[in-house]
Amino acid sequence: MEKRKNIADKIWIVVLAIAALAYVYPIVMILMNSLKEETSISTGTAFKLPTADTFAGLANYVDAITSKGFLQSLGFSLFITITSVAAILLCCSMCAWYITRVQTVFTKGLYFMFVLSQVVPFQTVMFTLSQTADSLNLNTPWNIWVVYLGFGSGLAVFMFTGFMKSVPLEIEEAAMIDGCNPLQTYFKVVLPILKPTMVSVGILEAMWVWNDYLLPTLVLDIKKYKTIPMLIQYFRGSYGKVEMGPMMASIMLTVIPIIIVYLAGQKHIIKGVAAGAVKG
Amino acid sequence: MEKALKRYSPIFVLPTFAAFIIGFIIPFIEGLYLSFCQFTTVSNFKWIGISNYINALKDTSFTDSFKFTVAFAIVSILSINVLGFGLALLLTKGLKGTNIFRTVFFMPNLIGGIVLGYIWQILINCVLSIVGQPLLALNTKAGYWGLIILMCWQQIGYMMIIYIAGLQNVSEDLIEAAKIDGATLKQILWKIKIPMVMPSITICVFLTLTNSFKLFDQNLALTGGDPNHTTEMFALNIYQTFYARAGMQWKGLGQAKAVIFCILVVVISMIQLRATRSKEVQQ
Repeated sequence: MEKRKNIADKIWIVVLAIAALAYVYPIVMILMNSLKEETSISTGTAFKLPTADTFAGLANYVDAITSKGFLQSLGFSLFITITSVAAILLCCSMCAWYITRVQTVFTKGLYFMFVLSQVVPFQTVMFTLSQTADSLNLNTPWNIWVVYLGFGSGLAVFMFTGFMKSVPLEIEEAAMIDGCNPLQTYFKVVLPILKPTMVSVGILEAMWVWNDYLLPTLVLDIKKYKTIPMLIQYFRGSYGKVEMGPMMASIMLTVIPIIIVYLAGQKHIIKGVAAGAVKG
Repeated sequence: MEKALKRYSPIFVLPTFAAFIIGFIIPFIEGLYLSFCQFTTVSNFKWIGISNYINALKDTSFTDSFKFTVAFAIVSILSINVLGFGLALLLTKGLKGTNIFRTVFFMPNLIGGIVLGYIWQILINCVLSIVGQPLLALNTKAGYWGLIILMCWQQIGYMMIIYIAGLQNVSEDLIEAAKIDGATLKQILWKIKIPMVMPSITICVFLTLTNSFKLFDQNLALTGGDPNHTTEMFALNIYQTFYARAGMQWKGLGQAKAVIFCILVVVISMIQLRATRSKEVQQ
């Protein structure tokens, strides 16, 4: 019995290993092709490894960085993601605390709207949102975080309130009696308790903002500012012919940092996602 | 405490509230209103009643995209959840290398839809050209299955993580007790594990359902709706109605479609939550 179980386990490990290789393969394939010369990249030969004839070294990467504006896009994407996530974490956790501790018609109505906003598809508000952002001059990478704070607050407030409900009121009341004002209570008592939830919310919101394509496309002026997803999409239509070499290099340049961040923080990321989903 | 907190409401609530008004409430209400208008910008509009809605329902490209979205959603929800749950079962058995597998299967989730779409477009076109089939731009069937494979590749890992968290909460005692009573592995799966992870199933079905219905980036990058709009899903159809053509009638039509889309998503997810919630057991 024990032996049979061992053999079954081994078979499963082999099956899983094959599946894992198949999972990684698409990315390896892009890596291989990004090292080929532009003229040697064609639809029929994407599976072939680069040979001495077709190997182009890092030429495509140099091209993507120097003439296709990759670094600039990376900068915009980083700035937008960091400002938006920071704003969401700070403002939404404060708002969520208020909503859970002060129960009025206003806070209940607001909470309902936050929940509703999570289900509403972006297409329902995309046109009016981009016009509103334009009229308020929120259409640059420097202040688009306001739009992200607005549209992303649904999920964040929802998750923070979900957690806050299980935090005992007594600690906060004790702090208040000891003479803390609400702001001090928040930063000294509530914020530290919220840390694990902050990590979950931060990861989920960062994944969303970093990869978001449609919102920045509609809000930002594409001629001046391109985030990374916008840049990749721009390769298809806008240079006349699709330049596969620099495009694949850009894809790799996008994917590699994500994989590095992921491998470095995978414990937190996986835990954060699981915790976030269970509360959501 | 409530009183003291109320005095600080401008600091605590106002920033989020103001941004929420700009980012959601104004666009949402304006969007509802404009779906009854003919307009080109938010300040240039004319009330025309429900004719946008009538035109939307008459538009065959819209109804076709609905059918395509439903056909896509059913297959992708089933395959993602079955495979994700299967992987979760395997990865809670204590096999060697469990952590590595978990890491690998979750990874595609972090890559954005546009990038994923292009990665798979290159891969699928290569397979198609080797087997001598028309490429994605001319091949509806390949576009459909391509989207499903892409979605599975991206989402299985996410659902797997949620199912693993659920399975780890099933108490060992319960399974031990069942084993002593002579339950087979199959019975343990169907009579204990699945009922006990019903909350996870609710969440995963909800997430895959809304993700499938709202899918946009992957659709745009992988097929762009080609050939001839036959692989166009709901969200892409609405986007195309808005931005592909210039003219007075399109934006109103697109906005009406978008409101119908919104109502559909809200209603479907409500029904689903009710249906699976009712199967959850008290723990």
